[in-house]
Amino acid sequence: MSKVIVENLNLFYGDFHCLKNNTLSIKERKITALIGPSGCGKSTLLRCLNRMNDLIEGVRITGRALIDGKDIYSRDINLIQLRKEVGMVFQKPNPFPLSVYDNVAYGPRVHGLYKTSKDAMEAVVAKSLSAVGLWEELKDRLDVSALNLALEQQQRLCIARLLAVEPSILLMDEPCSALDPFATLNIEELFLNLKEKYTIVIVTHNMQQAARVSDYTGFFLLGELIEFGNTKTLFVNPQNKLTEDYITGRFG
Amino acid sequence: MAKRINPLMLQRIVKAQLWSLTGFTIGILFFIIFFISIKGLPQITLEFLTSNPVDMGRSGGIFSTIVCTLYLIFVSLMIAMPLGVGAAIYLTEYTRESRLTHIIRFGTECLAGIPSIIMGLFGFAFFVMALGLGWSILSGGMTMSIMLLPTIIRTTEESIKAVPYELREVSFSLGVTRWQTVTKVVLPSALPGIVTGIVLGIARCIEETAVIIFTVGSSLRLPESFFDSGRTMAVHFYILAREGISMPNAYGTAAILILSILFINLSAYYLARQFLKKIC
Ligand SMILES: Nc1ncnc2c1ncn2[C@@H]1O[C@H](COP(=O)(O)OP(=O)(O)O)[C@@H](O)[C@H]1O
Ligand SMILES: [Mg+2]
Repeated sequence: MSKVIVENLNLFYGDFHCLKNNTLSIKERKITALIGPSGCGKSTLLRCLNRMNDLIEGVRITGRALIDGKDIYSRDINLIQLRKEVGMVFQKPNPFPLSVYDNVAYGPRVHGLYKTSKDAMEAVVAKSLSAVGLWEELKDRLDVSALNLALEQQQRLCIARLLAVEPSILLMDEPCSALDPFATLNIEELFLNLKEKYTIVIVTHNMQQAARVSDYTGFFLLGELIEFGNTKTLFVNPQNKLTEDYITGRFG
Repeated sequence: MAKRINPLMLQRIVKAQLWSLTGFTIGILFFIIFFISIKGLPQITLEFLTSNPVDMGRSGGIFSTIVCTLYLIFVSLMIAMPLGVGAAIYLTEYTRESRLTHIIRFGTECLAGIPSIIMGLFGFAFFVMALGLGWSILSGGMTMSIMLLPTIIRTTEESIKAVPYELREVSFSLGVTRWQTVTKVVLPSALPGIVTGIVLGIARCIEETAVIIFTVGSSLRLPESFFDSGRTMAVHFYILAREGISMPNAYGTAAILILSILFINLSAYYLARQFLKKIC
């Protein structure tokens, strides 16, 4: 099942044609990796899927992006609903300067969920922290500032904060680039667990990571999707000469 | 050929000079505080603080002037705070840098540069006379709030700008609106900086005289509402000293003034440091 379908998507930053006619489809409850050299538009494509590019002045988009069959650029889309549905994890762990508990409860609170029941809110926080493997270490320290956590814990917390608003798609923009190799492996394991419930799109410039965690991979170059397919096939038997050059490390 | 001065010697001379200049500045500060305290502190008793002035302030205390000062601070801040913080939020969060924001910023800079005697005259002509509010705490509060706006806008803007963009971005990505992001993430992080601006505003209300004489007047009665005239501590001191009514009482008032300003500046300094610690 395709969860996300991108059709002939073009994006312009002012006069700069950044994404060129991208077409791809992202399968539900799979991990799709987007790879390619820096500046080729991976983050930009990711940010199209929760319309974060709307915040940038002078952005123009043509083509379609469908989530569950609905065009997210059509006029009747509810942006708040869309962003709750499609969550994003950023490159640098960015917890709020609040307690662990308040970080996770932030989303539900502003969306007015579980207003009447403290227990329900606590349950959501516990569930979200468990889902990212933080509950055991932090259950007695929910009131410490999130800024005091280690980087890996901070990134996990950011994912928990996201899960608390119950998205179905997780967009990850180089989520491990600020982490050491050991923490990176731990987080990758987390992705494999999360994929049972969520559709994950991960941008990475680490090809080994794409090969390790993803089911599908897309290779981008200068805003063009050069090749998209099953991860194994793409890495073992790339169809395009450019893909082969990139994964064998001849450029990038 | 002129004789050259030994660089090491020069270094020593310069150092000594800089030290003595710094020492001199600090010395003046301490001298003023010391002088006022010696003359003023003996006057300060509980009775001085809690009884109204009698016979133009020749005897009695300064209670009504303390109340008037507090009322004035309250009214000024109730007006200046929402306007100033609101303007700063608008300038930082809701517009991009443009001709309009430049004009607004230039306007507030100019406002900051207007001498207080001119502001007093304006307050008198506009609030007291044209709007018919008379000499009152309300007239004074409104005039003062105009004077506080530039500081409050500037400090709020600076502290809002110091909040990292990533925090806003992640909040938007969770489906949170801009306004909720401002109230739940941006303002709490910026709070110490905002409070610093407000504390400076309080100090300004305490020490101002020219504006107050023009707009609040100098009635010694205990003000009962914001429509009443009154006399703040600073004005009271000015009148006691200038008209030679009672030097001991003038110094007593001055000591209270200096102590409160000192206390307020120290707390502003402390808050600003807390703020820096937090964002670094
Ligand atoms: N806000 C922006 N305004 C203008 N150009 C941008 C903006 N963001 C990114 N770009 C440009 O778009 C291209 C793709 O950027 P990005 O999507 O961040 O690449 P990647 O994530 O693959 O490194 C780059 O050339 C970058 O300079
Ligand atoms: Mg990127």
